[in-house]
Amino acid sequence: MAAAEFDIPEIKETIEVPKIHEGVMAHVKSFPAPKPVQDFMGYPHELGEDWKERAIDKMGDLLGKYRSLKVFLDACVHCGACTDKCHYYLGTSDPKNMPVARQDLMRQVYRRYFTTAGKLFPKLVGAKDLTRETLDEWYSYYHQCSECRRCSVFCPYGIDTAEITMAGREILNHVGIGQKYSNEILGKVQKIGNNLGLPGPALEDTLQGLEEDIEMDTGVPVKLPIDVKGVEVLLVTPSADFFSEPHVESLIGYAKVFHAAGISWTLSSHASEAGNFGLFNGNYETMRKVAMRIRDAALELGVKRIVVGECGHAWRVAYSFWNTLTGIGYGADDPFSIELQKQLDHNYPQPQHICELTNDLINQGKIQVDPSANDDMVVTYHDSCNVARASRMGDMPGGQFIIPRDLIKKVVNNFHNMADDTIYESTFCCGGGGGLLTDDLMEVRVKGALPRVTALNTVVQEHGVNFMATICAICKAQFTKVLPKYGFDMSMVGGIHQLVSKAVKLDAPKQAD
Amino acid sequence: MIFAGMFYIATLLLVVGLVYKIFDYSRTPAPLKIPTTPAPTTQKGVVYRMAKEVVLFESLFKSNKWIWVFGWLFHFGMLLVLVRHLRYFVTPVPEWLVFIQPFGKYASIMMVVGLGGLLARRFLVDRVRYISTPSDYLMLVLLLGIGLSGMMTTFVVHTDIVALKEFFMGLMFFDIQPVPEDPIILAHLTMVALLMLIFPISKLLHAPGLFFSPTRNQADNPREHRHVAAWAARLDRNN
Repeated sequence: MAAAEFDIPEIKETIEVPKIHEGVMAHVKSFPAPKPVQDFMGYPHELGEDWKERAIDKMGDLLGKYRSLKVFLDACVHCGACTDKCHYYLGTSDPKNMPVARQDLMRQVYRRYFTTAGKLFPKLVGAKDLTRETLDEWYSYYHQCSECRRCSVFCPYGIDTAEITMAGREILNHVGIGQKYSNEILGKVQKIGNNLGLPGPALEDTLQGLEEDIEMDTGVPVKLPIDVKGVEVLLVTPSADFFSEPHVESLIGYAKVFHAAGISWTLSSHASEAGNFGLFNGNYETMRKVAMRIRDAALELGVKRIVVGECGHAWRVAYSFWNTLTGIGYGADDPFSIELQKQLDHNYPQPQHICELTNDLINQGKIQVDPSANDDMVVTYHDSCNVARASRMGDMPGGQFIIPRDLIKKVVNNFHNMADDTIYESTFCCGGGGGLLTDDLMEVRVKGALPRVTALNTVVQEHGVNFMATICAICKAQFTKVLPKYGFDMSMVGGIHQLVSKAVKLDAPKQAD
Repeated sequence: MIFAGMFYIATLLLVVGLVYKIFDYSRTPAPLKIPTTPAPTTQKGVVYRMAKEVVLFESLFKSNKWIWVFGWLFHFGMLLVLVRHLRYFVTPVPEWLVFIQPFGKYASIMMVVGLGGLLARRFLVDRVRYISTPSDYLMLVLLLGIGLSGMMTTFVVHTDIVALKEFFMGLMFFDIQPVPEDPIILAHLTMVALLMLIFPISKLLHAPGLFFSPTRNQADNPREHRHVAAWAARLDRNN
C-alpha cells in the first residue's frame, strides 16, 4: 500500500525552527498489527470492553516498575527547552511533535488518574480523561518519535521522551493496538533468529556467495563462518548486513578485518540478529527474550568474546542492557552471570563494538590500512542517535564520538565534520529509528530527516563531501531511501567498515597475537 | 489564630507530601541503565554532573539561553531571599546571616525579573504558549505575587518585622503569638502557605525529581557492573 502523497520539505541554509501548525501530522497512522502477530506476542488484537481499565492498570504497573516514567511524568515544568529540539517537530511543525507535547499526551492521563491535583482540578492542571481519541493520538504520535533521546540532552531534569514513548506503545499493545512493523519483526526474530526472517540455510548460501565475491574481488579466501564452535569471537550483527545494500559492504569489511588480524570468529544462525526491537516497546521481558538468544549462542559455541556489528539501537541494548538482561559483561557474582563470565576473555570488554575492535587492531599494528584506497571519498560522519546518547565505546565518556572518527581518519584522507550542533550528543536522528523504518510512515521519515539533511547539505556545498559514514543499519536503510527525495545519491551512505573494507591490507604480514 | 493554623497545616502537608514522594521515588526501581551519554563512569563523576545541573542548570544552558537566564535569576534570587528569611526563625541572628541581609534584599529583584521573563515567554513564544496549562501561568503569578508583596514590605511599606518574628518564633515553640495586622504581609503569608500546600502535588516536584532522574544520576558503567532491579532479578531464576 502506498502512503499518502506529501510535499518534500525544502532544504534551507540553516535548520529553522518553524511556527507551530496544529494537527498537520495527526493523519499519520502506522499499520496496526493483525491478530496472528499480536497473538504471538501475547497481546490482544482489538480493543475489548474493558480497554480503559486495562490501559490504566498497565500504566500503574509501569509506574511501579520504572522510576524513569514516574519521575519524568511528575517533573516537567513546561519550560519549553525541548520544544525546538525534536527533528520531527523541526521537519513537520506539528506541535504534538514537540517532546513536551508528546509527553503531555500521557502526562494528561497520568495526572487525571494518578495525581491528587488532576483528580480534583483536571482543567487547571491540564489533566484529561482517557478516551478513544486519546488512544488514537497516542498511536499516531508515539509512532512519530524515534526514541533518539535528543530532547533528554537538553531537558534540565533529563526527561527522556523515549521512556514515555516506550510506555505509551506498551500500553497500546496491552489494549490491543500494536504496530505491525515492530511486532511482526519481534515475531520473526524469536521464531527464526533474525529480523528479516532469513532461515539458516538461506543465510549459509548468502555467506558462501559473499565469500566467492570477496575472493573474486581480492584473490584472498576471506571466510564468513557460521555456527563454528570453539572460535574466539562471536559476531552479532544486524541481519540487514546479510542482504541489504550498503550494509553488506560493512559485513565484508568485518570479515576482512578478522581475516587480516588472524582472529577466529563465527556468526550464529540462532542469534543472527543484533537488533532488538523489544527496546522500541520498552518491554523488558521481550527485550530479554530476544537478547537471551545471543547468550545461548555464546554458551553453545563456547566463544571467548562477543563483538557487535554496525547497529545503533543494537549497540545500546548490547552495551547498556546485555549485562543486565543476560549477564554478558562483568561485575556480578550470581550463578546466572558467572556461568558466562568464566567463559569470556577478561582482557576485552564484553560486549565489544566492531569499531573498538578494528581501531585497537590498527593502533596495535595488528592490521595495516592504506587510506589512499579511499581517496575518491570526501567523508563526513553521522553519529547515530542511540550510539551517541545511550552508549559508549572505549574507556572514557565520549569514546563513542572519538573512536569512530579516529577509525575513519585512519582509513580515509578526506574527512569533514558536520556542524557542531548537529553531531556528537546533539546529533539529529536519521528520521527512521525506534520502529519507524516502515513505508507506512514514509512522510514522518522524510520530514524527520530534514535537520540531518540540512547539515549534510552544508558540508556537501562547502567541502564537496560525497560520502556519509554511519554505524547503524537503520540509518543506512533510512538514508538510502530518503536522501534521493532530497536530491542526493543513495550511494553516498554507508558503514565505516565499508571504508575499512577498501583500505585494509589483506596480504599484510600478521604479527603473532 | 487562622494564620497559625494555616502554617501548621501547610508545613505538615509540605513535609508529609515531600517525604512520601521522595520515599515513592526511591522505592521505585530503575531496571535499566539509561544515563544520557556521554555520562560520567564513576559515582563521583555523577555527583559532579548533578552538582552542575543543580547549581548551573547545565542542560538548560545548552538548550536555551533565554530560559536559562530567567530560570537561573529566579531560582538563585529566590534562594538568597529564602536564606535572608532565616532571620525570622533564629535568635540571635548569626553574623553571616546579618551579612547576607542586603544581598537577600536585592536578590528579590533578580527573582521577580526572572519570573517576569518566564511569564512573558509563556505569552510570546508560540511553542511555549501551546504547552502552557492554566496552572503554569498561575504558578508564576503566585510566585510573582509572593515576590512583589515581599518587596513591598521591604522597599515600600515597612512591616512590623519584630512582631512578625515573634509570630514565627511562637509557631516554632507552640506559643501562638498574634500576626501583624498588615494587609500586604497577610497576603504575602497566605500566598506562601498556598505555595507550600501545592508543592508536593504539582510540577514543583521537579526539585526532588531531578535527583531521582535516571538519565542524570546513573553512572555509565554497564559493561563493568551488572545492574539488576529486584523484580527483574527474579527472571534470572527461571532460566
